[in-house]
Amino acid sequence: MSEEFKIEIVNPDKSYLEREDVSEVVVPAFEGEMGFLKEHISIISFLKPGIIKIISKSGNENYYVEDGIVEFKNNNLSILTSSIFKVDDIGKSKQQELLKQAEEEANKPEISDQSKYLADQKIEILKTLN
Amino acid sequence: MASLDDLKKRIASVKSTQKITKAMKMVAAAKLRRAQESAERGRPYSQKMNNIILNLSNGISDKENAPKLLSGTGQEKTHLCVVMTSDRGLCGGFNSNIIKKAKSYFAKILDEGKELKIITVGSKGNDQLKRVYGDKIIENISFKESKNANYFDADKVGKMVIEKFEAGEFDVCTIFYNQFKNVITQIPQAQQIVPLNNDGEESNSDESYEFEPDEDEILSNLLPKNISTQIFKAMLENSASEQGSRMSAMDNATRNAGEMVDKLTIEYNRSRQAAITKELIEIISGAESL
Repeated sequence: MSEEFKIEIVNPDKSYLEREDVSEVVVPAFEGEMGFLKEHISIISFLKPGIIKIISKSGNENYYVEDGIVEFKNNNLSILTSSIFKVDDIGKSKQQELLKQAEEEANKPEISDQSKYLADQKIEILKTLN
Repeated sequence: MASLDDLKKRIASVKSTQKITKAMKMVAAAKLRRAQESAERGRPYSQKMNNIILNLSNGISDKENAPKLLSGTGQEKTHLCVVMTSDRGLCGGFNSNIIKKAKSYFAKILDEGKELKIITVGSKGNDQLKRVYGDKIIENISFKESKNANYFDADKVGKMVIEKFEAGEFDVCTIFYNQFKNVITQIPQAQQIVPLNNDGEESNSDESYEFEPDEDEILSNLLPKNISTQIFKAMLENSASEQGSRMSAMDNATRNAGEMVDKLTIEYNRSRQAAITKELIEIISGAESL
């Protein structure tokens, strides 16, 4: 029996990635990292800033996301996100730019606790990307 | 009857107009293909978003305490209308169709004695609406600088709508845009986005989901995003419709200019021949009298 399932990552303006042969995906769900294998129960959750790890036959891939929604149903994993970058493609300058954005956000005086937490998460993850 | 010289000038001017409309048609056709592609590529996102929200709202246990963006404020006193038009003209009935649809809706609301607030997106709509509804327009946004519709712009509009909702400035929000069917047909649409209206759409899965964290929290995170997504979808449909509408308008204009050139050419030839005939008669009658 194959242990593979389908993943689809969708951007607002296009379908970002589609794979049929992934064996495991780890996503940064809001309440902690969440791993998906085949025959996972149907679930809806949303993401916090972090790394999506996709493990498939053709190799492992890492993606950095800032937010999104994840839905798993009938061995279909859909991730809706407006900000996703492949980790290997993030150059030094892009990383610095994102980091700067996040730091600016974190230092806003009128920020709510939740946004502050999210911005801090972004900074932490971005710093580990080197 | 116009003189030969005048006719010649008119033919030249119609011909140069025809060249412009032909070029505009070509440009619109090229842009249309791109806009259509991005409208089609954007559909999965809004569809998936819609599905998830549908599943969520079916699964919600406590309907009375559901987020206000879903269930509404409980009254329908103030209506906010987001009218989305283009920034450029010369696109046939594209803008007028949206405005017509919006105006009939406005009239209905005002007849019912409700309050009306308008946000216009795109300068053409603002131009047409400010004459009659100038005092009702609270914001006017235009994305002249951005070449293509992008999510960032849509998010700006979405955030503004949510801000106003949270400040209690309106109860119901409707967006107006043209849905792209094909190059000749664009259908003006009025879509209510707050409170979310899912009448007639039933969730096709009876499957129960697990939620993490709970439904309410996901919904309150998701609903604002959905508003931006719906606005983005409207922007994509609009830009495809605009190009389609411009293409067929310019096609018509080119054809009309062609017909006009033909007509003017015939008139030109006729009057040229008439002039020659007149001269001949004069010469002959001059010779006879000798």
